[in-house]
Amino acid sequence: MNIPDDLLYTMEHEWLKPVDDGPALMGLTAYASEQLSGVTFIELPKKGQEVKRGQKIANVESVKAVSDIYAPAGGTIVEVNNALESDPSLLDEKYYDDGWICRIDLTDDAELDDLMDAKAYREYLGTLAG
Amino acid sequence: MDFIPHTDAQRRAMLETIGAASAEDLFEDIPAAMRAGELNLPAGHSEIWVRNHLEHLASKNATHLTPFVGGGFYDHYVPSAVTAILRRGELYTAYTPYQAEASQGTLQAIYEYQTAICRLTGMEVANASLYDGGTALYEAAMMAARLTGRNKIVLDSGVNPIYRNMLHCYTRNLNVAFREVPTACGPTPRDQVEPFLDDETAAVILQNPNFFGFIDDLADVVDMAHRAGALAVMSCYPISLGLVKTPGEMGVDIATGEGQSLGLPLSFGGPYLGFMATRKEFIRQMPGRLAGVTEDGQGRRGFVLTLQTREQHIRRQGATSNICTNEALCALAALVYLSLVGKEGLKEVARLSADKAAYAAQRLDRIDGVRVHRAAPFFNEFVCDLPVHAGEIVSGLIEKGYAGGFPLAQYYPGMEKRLLVAVTEKRTREEIGAFAEALEGLL
Repeated sequence: MNIPDDLLYTMEHEWLKPVDDGPALMGLTAYASEQLSGVTFIELPKKGQEVKRGQKIANVESVKAVSDIYAPAGGTIVEVNNALESDPSLLDEKYYDDGWICRIDLTDDAELDDLMDAKAYREYLGTLAG
Repeated sequence: MDFIPHTDAQRRAMLETIGAASAEDLFEDIPAAMRAGELNLPAGHSEIWVRNHLEHLASKNATHLTPFVGGGFYDHYVPSAVTAILRRGELYTAYTPYQAEASQGTLQAIYEYQTAICRLTGMEVANASLYDGGTALYEAAMMAARLTGRNKIVLDSGVNPIYRNMLHCYTRNLNVAFREVPTACGPTPRDQVEPFLDDETAAVILQNPNFFGFIDDLADVVDMAHRAGALAVMSCYPISLGLVKTPGEMGVDIATGEGQSLGLPLSFGGPYLGFMATRKEFIRQMPGRLAGVTEDGQGRRGFVLTLQTREQHIRRQGATSNICTNEALCALAALVYLSLVGKEGLKEVARLSADKAAYAAQRLDRIDGVRVHRAAPFFNEFVCDLPVHAGEIVSGLIEKGYAGGFPLAQYYPGMEKRLLVAVTEKRTREEIGAFAEALEGLL
């Protein structure tokens, strides 16, 4: 499974990419995409919304389930990927690039220390059933 | 498939797993005073005894009265074909179509019903039906609140008072506030709507024809709502849509109504049929079931329940509503009715109802002391002023074999001498004449 080394990860299978002098980028991991097996719709986060780490900011639908998406770190959502509204299937394959979900202007960089790096996330995936 | 009940041992194991001492414990949320105690049932009796007893009880219902009463529910003709089709075993006993592969007939019927409702209302998408016109209106109000993110609702008091009571009851513990527009025996007063509209208004709720029977072109009120960023919700009388401007044509965002007039008997209160139709762009916020058409793996057309992610079996507390059903058999009756009468037939039913109401109004107007309200055109229902208390007249009319109308004071204070009279295509010239004479005889 593709787990890029330059990203940080949450236990809820979101990834976060800190950017120098800019808001961080976030999306869903390969594992999340595989579990969803076919995204039909995404209710995107609200642009301008201030969120706390772990707060539910969006949800994604597959044919028979709805899954919540949580903020990996606290901040303000400054941009949202509207392309996902017309083509939610970007989350089926392009979850690390074109399928990005939103950009968050982080309040506290220290929160990044609580996220897993690629190695830790791979280990964590190993402990999950199926 | 056989029904296999749980054994006592299984029940004990389940209770133990969830930590309940007995099945009774599962009902502790119901106040003790409201829980069923001993039911006063006699020992078993013969079928003859039971039939006699129940027929005796049923005979206490006044089923012989010639109805001139409406108030949201009307004595329209139910064609025999509707009853014959509904009684077919495969339709009568059809269950919830969760398994598409085993329910193509049911799903196709629901899909066609949804299509019929769209055509009737001039709207883009309809759901598989809700419980009745009142709950449908409540669902529309909540849908508007979700869509706009606002919580104030402007409610025309010309909307059916029973529905308004339901709106207040259902929203009692919710963060929703109503401002009522004081419509009285006439069309909606525009100058009383405007002041209530602001940037917290989620919706304006209207009814056409209104409870007093008046028809109106409410497109301008719909525009007022839209200018304030609010949605327009309208409760409609389906038979009237054979003649009057549709909610779709008026720019309404969510159209609801009571489908009882479409092939369902009055039945002393139900089962009835709530319909809801809206714009395609709002489809994900619409409550209720949705049947859709698609293709199977071999390219054959098939019907399914679709967008189930709106519903509570998937989204739980985040669902658009707690409804997890529809009025399938009643919706089927409406579909059969509409298919049978067709566009021309529906126009004819509407025209006959309106013409006969006009004739009845004329006859009643000729009675000394009776005055029909003509502030605006009416469809098949109108208000008369009487020289005495309307309730007394209604009692007198019952004695003479008529359900003579709805005394408005029941819901509108100050209207003690006003009677709401409804006429449908079923009433004959003789019945109307005799009714007028009976009324005159009581004055």
